Amino acid sequence: MSGLIRYFFQGQIHEADHLPPTRTLLQHLREDLHCTGTKEGCAEGDCGACTVVTGELRDGKVEMKSVNACLQLMPTLDGKAIFTVEDLSQEAPLHPVQQAMVECHASQCGFCTPGFVMSLWDLYLQRSPESAPLQRKQIDIALSGNLCRCTGYRPIIDAAHRMEELPRQDFDQAGLAAILAGLVRSETLEYVWQGQHFYAPRTMAELVRLRAAHPQACLLAGGTDIGLWVTKQFRELGDIIYLGHVEELRSVTEKNDVLEIGAAVTLDEAYRALCEYYPQELSELWQRFASLPIRHAGTLGGNVANGSPIGDSMPWLIALGSRIVLKSADGERELALEDFYLGYQQKDLRPTEIVAAIRIPLPGAGKIFRTYKLAKRFDQDISAVCAAFSAQLQNGILSEVRIAFGGMAATPKRATHAETALEQQVWNEATLQTAMLALAEDYAPLSDMRASAEYRLQTAQNLLRRFWLETRADDALPTALLNPFAAAADTSSAEESV
Amino acid sequence: MIRQNETPWAEVGKSHPHESAVLHVSGSANYTDDIPETQGTLHAALGLSAQAHALVRNMDLDAVRQAQGVIAVFTARDFPGSNQCGPIIKDDPILADGVVEYVGQPLFAVVARRHELARRAVRLAKVDYEPLPAVLHPRAAHEQQSYVLPPMSLARGNAQQALTDAPHRIRGKWQVGGQEQFYLEGQIAYAIPKEAQGMYVACSTQHPSEMQHVVAHALAIPSHSVQVECRRMGGGFGGKESQSALWAGVAALCAFKLQRPVKLRADRDDDMLVTGKRHEFHYDYEVGYNDEGLMLGVRVQMLSRAGFSADLSGPVATRAVCHLDNAYFLSDVDIRAMCCKTNTQSNTAFRGFGGPQGAILIEHIIDDIARHLGKDALDVRQLNFYGRNDNEGRNVTHYGQKVVDNVIHELVSELEQSSDYRARRAAIAKFNATNPVLKKGLALTPHKFGIAFNVTHLNQAGALVHVYLDGSVLVNHGGTEMGQGLNTKVAQVVAHELGVPLTAVKVTATDTTKVANTSATAASTGTDLNGKAAQAAARQIRDRLATFAAATLGGIANEVSFFDGHISSGGNTVLFAELVQKAYLARVQLWSDGFYATPDLYWDGKSMKGNPFSYYAYGAAASEVVVDTLTGEWKLLRADVLYDAGHSLNPAIDKGQVEGAFIQGMGWLTTEELVWNANGKLTTHAPSTYKIPAISDCPEDFRVSLFKNTNVADSIHRSKAVGEPPLLLPFSVFFAIRDAIASVADHQRHPPLPAPATSEAILRAVNAIRD
Repeated sequence: MSGLIRYFFQGQIHEADHLPPTRTLLQHLREDLHCTGTKEGCAEGDCGACTVVTGELRDGKVEMKSVNACLQLMPTLDGKAIFTVEDLSQEAPLHPVQQAMVECHASQCGFCTPGFVMSLWDLYLQRSPESAPLQRKQIDIALSGNLCRCTGYRPIIDAAHRMEELPRQDFDQAGLAAILAGLVRSETLEYVWQGQHFYAPRTMAELVRLRAAHPQACLLAGGTDIGLWVTKQFRELGDIIYLGHVEELRSVTEKNDVLEIGAAVTLDEAYRALCEYYPQELSELWQRFASLPIRHAGTLGGNVANGSPIGDSMPWLIALGSRIVLKSADGERELALEDFYLGYQQKDLRPTEIVAAIRIPLPGAGKIFRTYKLAKRFDQDISAVCAAFSAQLQNGILSEVRIAFGGMAATPKRATHAETALEQQVWNEATLQTAMLALAEDYAPLSDMRASAEYRLQTAQNLLRRFWLETRADDALPTALLNPFAAAADTSSAEESV
Repeated sequence: MIRQNETPWAEVGKSHPHESAVLHVSGSANYTDDIPETQGTLHAALGLSAQAHALVRNMDLDAVRQAQGVIAVFTARDFPGSNQCGPIIKDDPILADGVVEYVGQPLFAVVARRHELARRAVRLAKVDYEPLPAVLHPRAAHEQQSYVLPPMSLARGNAQQALTDAPHRIRGKWQVGGQEQFYLEGQIAYAIPKEAQGMYVACSTQHPSEMQHVVAHALAIPSHSVQVECRRMGGGFGGKESQSALWAGVAALCAFKLQRPVKLRADRDDDMLVTGKRHEFHYDYEVGYNDEGLMLGVRVQMLSRAGFSADLSGPVATRAVCHLDNAYFLSDVDIRAMCCKTNTQSNTAFRGFGGPQGAILIEHIIDDIARHLGKDALDVRQLNFYGRNDNEGRNVTHYGQKVVDNVIHELVSELEQSSDYRARRAAIAKFNATNPVLKKGLALTPHKFGIAFNVTHLNQAGALVHVYLDGSVLVNHGGTEMGQGLNTKVAQVVAHELGVPLTAVKVTATDTTKVANTSATAASTGTDLNGKAAQAAARQIRDRLATFAAATLGGIANEVSFFDGHISSGGNTVLFAELVQKAYLARVQLWSDGFYATPDLYWDGKSMKGNPFSYYAYGAAASEVVVDTLTGEWKLLRADVLYDAGHSLNPAIDKGQVEGAFIQGMGWLTTEELVWNANGKLTTHAPSTYKIPAISDCPEDFRVSLFKNTNVADSIHRSKAVGEPPLLLPFSVFFAIRDAIASVADHQRHPPLPAPATSEAILRAVNAIRD
């Protein structure tokens, strides 16, 4: 066990032993290192002004990803490289990303600009001269976590296209890999600061041992929620066990028509894996789940373990009949995910257990499945209502109906009355109406700043209708006629758009 | 005065990048929090009221004082001078004293070694409140006649008679919500004590002179002992016009008392809880009109949510009253406006400054008239436009200013053609007839926006231009850079005057020790005023150099030309720097001040009549949306925009302002919802809950053009202001949404749709007209 946080930054390896374990990367950059290019806009991962790119060695390759510096706790960066706007050019000649931003007039007040530059750089790194031209949607995804209050985004979108037209500037991935290889630990990091311990185990065995020894410790994965406990609520976390380096928790495996996703697999990786199987059903939810930097940091296991009633993964996981795997030094348990949630922020999780994986059934013949998310804004917003519907549809008859909602109750919850109303019924308007009424038996939602109870209930019912319109045996409507985000403008000769 | 022929040199009119663009993209542009800290710098945080209205019986701050890292705690009693930051009316304490009037009102300041320690310590305060009745809604305040200022009224003709005689009448109530500025850089001030009771304050502010006055009064020291500086802001949008004062005042107090540098940087949640926003408006209206849709009489009452103090609510309401007409002639009109006192944040300036709240009401009225008559709303709009000239008449506003630069007819016609409005209207009707769930809508709305501060004396500016011996040029002026490109445009103006490349000109931080007694950078006047002042300064230097050139090179002074870093006279051409060096040796003054006061403005606040505006900026937008009638979710599919920037000084910057304002205004009218709970606490106080537009909200098809025009008024190079007016362009988005909703009842019923048109509000309107 070693006590120093070691990270690569601006051409050298830094070692830190004097930082509270809850010091954020943003605080460290601005206050300790006096690198002020990275800005604080909100300190809650919602504005992107502090976007940086981290590099991590995985399977011998460097994985670069944009993250919010305000939510990254310093010890979690052990073994990683950190890139900020200062790592790109500071003067002419600018990096193509920066040059494109200047040429396209993509900065006004400039405060959000370093964040945009880093998100664009992250996108740039994923590209090669062979890549197909960037689509608007790819740009939206890359910049979904960056707010700009000045430009209205158009010139920034132009800059994303423009950066690819400029002479390419390659990044030395191999060189970085060699440097990071020197930082890889074979053993648990135990970082101690004023009696507070931060453990970063490397193996499942070590993790369950540490958990058994420290049942009160805070389990930390992506930190996209826990970061706010620190920056906004000033909660004392006590000892921390970090899951991000446990290799067994970071794997995605397919076996017997079930996809098993380790608890520390990031949301972006998890959704990417799932969308291989459920492209039509999950792609939009993937795009609307927080922002890319949040999905880069947050984990599917964290989303599930947190179990927020407004988390966006649980409704569809439950609708698909997913199961949760819990591990401890005593062994392994597996539960239906809906049984994991006992009440508001209450879970069937023993003090010595950790969430190890989620097991998700893959598509089968005759299965109909849809997910819908409603929020005030398309990008990076928390759901007012999140819905998932799944069933077998054979000869016009529904069976194995599973419906779950977020935003409708104190926990992610199944709609058992509505399911019953649909089970073994003909999938027609009359059945739909009965089930819509039954939904009112299932839920008594709350009113808050995101939506009223009335809106939540009515749209829950209407989303069931949309599910019917999209999946009914006769005259099913294409998504383009049901989803406003898939619609196109009418030109004067717009017959074909209908 | 020597005036030469206009040179062909033209640094104006070009799309130069923002002067800080390279600094922005490389992260080396310094904002206030990036200034290297002076040794011994301390950090402050504010303790906020938890009650909407209460007497403060006792504040137990012992635990705060004893918290880790805390150096000192200050309250209202600690000000050596005046605990006041109200910009017009002195009803706005910097720190609450004995009574709190909204949830979030600052009560005390904590100074600690680190920012985080100060914020942590704040939470240890024990405040004993005696609750008082709180008024949380403008209509409730109106019922109690509780206003922050006396009601105002403006009338022309006989609205009552016109309404009585009109063939058709509509009465209604409507409302538009407020809006958080959401500058990405939060409020911040960094105060450093100077010798002899002096104070330096670096502050993110649109109004350094006002900050100087507040600090001087708060510390009871003369203005000459206070220096306020602002290199740039990470956005302002009006939120840093008056409301940066609280932060400057507290930072200065702490630094003064401790004689150490103190920085006060607001956490985002604190910023949103403490500061005021755009005013929410509630309307009662009545309109009379004829069979064609011509408005004959209009009666309006506007209630604005002022919040707990006056701040800028009076001028905001004035501008709302003056912009009720938008682009339309209102012959007989009767307007009353009240600034309602509520126990919420004190609302303040926000891009448009009441203008949007005035103009959108008449657009709402026209939307209703058109639907009632079964006409296309664009036809009704065009019918009601101001007359083009004296022959047509109908060209005097309700406040008495004659409209002499009207281009709205041509501008709207051009957009109607280029956007293919009529054909798309037909295509949309067809789409809606066959689609059971998604409904499309289209609207084309115009704007006319008055440029100048309504208050005449604010329309003045000063500048300093220094020419150094190497030929480089330094400019300082009273305006502030918040991203709008002011410094770029002013540099272009100076480069143009002196015939030097733009790279030779640098604009420095706004500084109260350089140009004194400046106005806020507001009311879209930054370039108009400071550009003219800088031009005046540069011209004096140019004139002196021309005289010197004629004397030394031959030729006559008023024929000397300045171009591309050269000066040419009498057939001889020399480098600008060379002539400058020679002029220096000949003891020619190579620096100058410049001053500008906008001519021909007057305003009588009592009668609300006069000539308050220098000219009008026009524009129009056509927007097409699709609405999901099952959920209320919607998307902007296409927007076509035409904006009148006159002879644009920098088309790229102007286009950027138009697009940015469009998306920002769209946010105001759609996703940006301020929600207060039953106790008066703002629950949407962070970007997790308050949703400004994000990248997917920018339409894929966004066609923005500048209208070919010149300014009739003698503005800087005949350009027109561009800061605020385009915020009115996304009215078209709102009315396109309303149009889409109306299609579910075959356009026979008026959708009851307030702004912001959140998905929930849209679905409610769909439900209402479907029943």
